[in-house]
Amino acid sequence: MGKVVQRRPLTWSEQLYLPAILSGLGRTWREMFQPETTLQYPEERPVIHDGYRGAPGLVRDDDGREKCVSCQLCEYICPPKAIMIKPAEIRDAASSETTGPDNVEKAPKEFFIDMLRCIYCGYCEEVCPEEAIFMTSVYELNGSSRAELVHDKPKLYEIGGTRIDKIKKWKDK
Amino acid sequence: MSSDLLFSIVAALVKILVFVHIALIIAAYMSLAERKVSAWMQDRIGPNRVGYGGALQPIADAVKFMFKEDVVPGHVNKVLYVLAPALCVVPAFLVLAVIPFGPPLTVLGRSVPLVIADLDIGILWVFAISSLGVYGITIAGWASNSKYPLMGGVRASAQMISYEVCMGLSVVGVFMATSSLRLTDIVAHQADGAWNVFTQPIGFIVFAIAAFAETNRLPFDLPEAETELVAGYHTEYSSMKFAMFFMAEYTSMFVFSALIATLFLGGWDIPFISEATLTALGNWGALLGFASFMLKSAAFLFFYVWVRWTIPRFRFDQLMALGWKVLLPLSLASLVITGLVIQTGLDAWLTHWFKGA
Repeated sequence: MGKVVQRRPLTWSEQLYLPAILSGLGRTWREMFQPETTLQYPEERPVIHDGYRGAPGLVRDDDGREKCVSCQLCEYICPPKAIMIKPAEIRDAASSETTGPDNVEKAPKEFFIDMLRCIYCGYCEEVCPEEAIFMTSVYELNGSSRAELVHDKPKLYEIGGTRIDKIKKWKDK
Repeated sequence: MSSDLLFSIVAALVKILVFVHIALIIAAYMSLAERKVSAWMQDRIGPNRVGYGGALQPIADAVKFMFKEDVVPGHVNKVLYVLAPALCVVPAFLVLAVIPFGPPLTVLGRSVPLVIADLDIGILWVFAISSLGVYGITIAGWASNSKYPLMGGVRASAQMISYEVCMGLSVVGVFMATSSLRLTDIVAHQADGAWNVFTQPIGFIVFAIAAFAETNRLPFDLPEAETELVAGYHTEYSSMKFAMFFMAEYTSMFVFSALIATLFLGGWDIPFISEATLTALGNWGALLGFASFMLKSAAFLFFYVWVRWTIPRFRFDQLMALGWKVLLPLSLASLVITGLVIQTGLDAWLTHWFKGA
């Protein structure tokens, strides 16, 4: 049983429409003197808040060590299949940038994120057991070819940078 | 004798050159004003990159329009397609001929009226020529040979016929009061007595509303109606031909603002300053009158833009209903009231009262 809405007939002044039009004109007139709400984009930038999901990037720890251990969980969970990882062998000094006795875990040999496929869902960040991949505040992505928008490992580390963490995983090893 | 002839020819040519350029510059800068005012009303900034605060934007736009590729689609009627933009622009400028821009100037001891052609039938010329503009729109819609432009063209002609009637009738009261069709006489009559906006309020409202329909401005922009007809009659046009439709629209906006200023807002008359004072000031008085006229036109141009960004578009049947069922009876009523007032001698009393006040 629906509710019956009474539609009252228009009054004489409403049928003229002129009062409504005049009040609308008054509204736009007042609006002319309100401050602008837009930004002059290239010069002025919007404030990026915490939790913003921009381009994903890989991070290093305080010692400049790669945090990614190439477990490929992000590749597995990625809904649009934007991530492609080629793991390296353990202690493969040639492929890993951080060599030395500490490097007892795997590292990615190659790490690609196709930004043309990425949907910025942030699942990769959520799933990562090593806290190695993060959604950053980078929102300006452009390139002159499709290949340019497939981010490789150096590009991903450039976006991610270094992350200072409380947990020092390799400190007492 | 021959020097008089030479002087009048030179004066006419100079006036044509100056007034047409005034109209062109106003048309160009109206495009910027429209964008700026709409931006302010929507709490935006608007174009501000070209020149100081975007002051050179119209020039950048013109350069862009000229260098764009001029596409003539294969399916159009080529002759009419090329003719249509010209048919739109020319009438808009022709109407300018009868508009008095100010009191006569004195140059080299001769009086030069600030009107290109002071015709006896001034306002009839306006109605005859300004409604020719719809041919350009209809032909553009027809020649484009595709559905949306045709719809736009058909709407334009239907709208023009409906609103031409009440527009014509709404100014008859002005002629009855002035007993002349000459625009300079109408201005002089208002300078003597009260402005027609006070003596003919209904005529003023009807004329102002009909002017929106005649220039195809929102809320009556049914012929181009972006949301329903892509771009209406100029869908198939590009480059300078497209720009010419815009030029025609903005020029006729200026022309109709100037007409409203002339017919209802006292033309170049300045309130509380008598004509004798202006004449005593010589050429400076004439320039003051010109400034007053341009100010009134500019105010109405702003009103055009203001209304555009306030009121949504009418539905087509609402447009027709408003034209035939509301504006036409209103203009007829205004006519009858004016006739009664003149016949009973009330007008003399009213003029006296206005002058006393």
